[in-house]
Amino acid sequence: MLTSHAEVLSPRSLQEALTAKASHPETVALAGGTDLMVLIEANKLAPSRVLNLWGVQELRGIDAQDGWIRLGALTTWTELIHSTLLADHAPALVEAAQTCGAAQIRNRGTLGGNLANASPAGDSLPPLLALDGVVELGSARRGLRRVPIERFFLGYRKTALERDELITAIYLPARVDGDETFFRKVGTRRAQSISKLSFCGRVRRQGGQVTLARLAFGALGPVPLRAHTVEVALEGGPVRPQLAELLLNDIRPIADVRSTAEYRQRAAVNVLRGWLESLAG
Amino acid sequence: MKLSFVVNGQPREAEVRPMARLLDVLREDLRLTGAKEGCGEGECGACTVLLDGQSACACLVPAVQAQGATVLTVEGLGDDPRLARLQEGFVRCGAAQCGICTPGFLMTAAELCQKGQVLSRAEVRDAVAGNLCRCTGYQKIIDAVEEALCADQPR
Repeated sequence: MLTSHAEVLSPRSLQEALTAKASHPETVALAGGTDLMVLIEANKLAPSRVLNLWGVQELRGIDAQDGWIRLGALTTWTELIHSTLLADHAPALVEAAQTCGAAQIRNRGTLGGNLANASPAGDSLPPLLALDGVVELGSARRGLRRVPIERFFLGYRKTALERDELITAIYLPARVDGDETFFRKVGTRRAQSISKLSFCGRVRRQGGQVTLARLAFGALGPVPLRAHTVEVALEGGPVRPQLAELLLNDIRPIADVRSTAEYRQRAAVNVLRGWLESLAG
Repeated sequence: MKLSFVVNGQPREAEVRPMARLLDVLREDLRLTGAKEGCGEGECGACTVLLDGQSACACLVPAVQAQGATVLTVEGLGDDPRLARLQEGFVRCGAAQCGICTPGFLMTAAELCQKGQVLSRAEVRDAVAGNLCRCTGYQKIIDAVEEALCADQPR
């Protein structure tokens, strides 16, 4: 039985939502509720004010704009899965969406909520990092600003979101020919499990040479991270699977209730090497 | 707040706190006890209802987000002949043991039936992965859902 007495405002427009957030910065933004309701029920969060964004149409929709794909912050996992635009431009994000929770969660949980909740195990985070995603933040006073996803996560559940800001959209660059992507989530079971680790990789190859590499891991530490050492080593040559061993320069896995540091370290290297081997052919 | 929504085809009103859980509004205010509370955190699916035609865990939906919505609970399933066949299938296949998970499984399956999807057995397993049966009676539940989805196809 949830006994929250929070006052709830349900804005009908983005302007109204941003104004409300600016005048009461302690207000907690509510999207689909799949994380927030759990936190409130567990007494880990007791908001006095809640901003119910569910009815703000400007925060919905997936469209192509000038070489970018714009995903409204309220895009649900189910909408990600059924988007033909994303099937072409961001199949790794679609795969990640398919592994998130189960049907009931995917129908309500949103991309903006996944970012704001900022769990390092958030299912969308490795794909958004590997695809060079950009988060758009809005404030009533300063308007919109864009933050590259890699600079959005500052620490454990800490983001670049200012107190008067809301996440308005996520932008992904349109897919470039020659880009190959891969997503893998390692958990205790296929549905409903929270990741022990997750990985999304992207390489671009021209004439057998890697010209761009993005390797992003989730659930290994306080924030999702990129494996810069391996990326740099991969770029400029053919795909060499043995470079996966360099991953230990980039990651210092944590131990927690879901897995040990040793397991995470070994599994991360194996997942990366397995993918690189399949690319090397 | 005054919550006005349509539950099982009937317009309903209730005076509730906006962050009250839809599950509690259904069970306590409307006395519709079909949706069960299992885990209370969106893991078990026992409280699954259809919210505007989409399955949702009623324990994770604040009342304010049900304002003006259409909600279908297990109590309303029998009104639609196609969904009543789904229920009969559960009886015929012996798809209920202790019965706590049954309303949730039925509602998840109801969304599939309403969409008219044709699914393989493996896909049915994936589709109901958000519902847990602690009696572990999954085989017969999957049988019943599979049968209902096939029965919907024109012969």
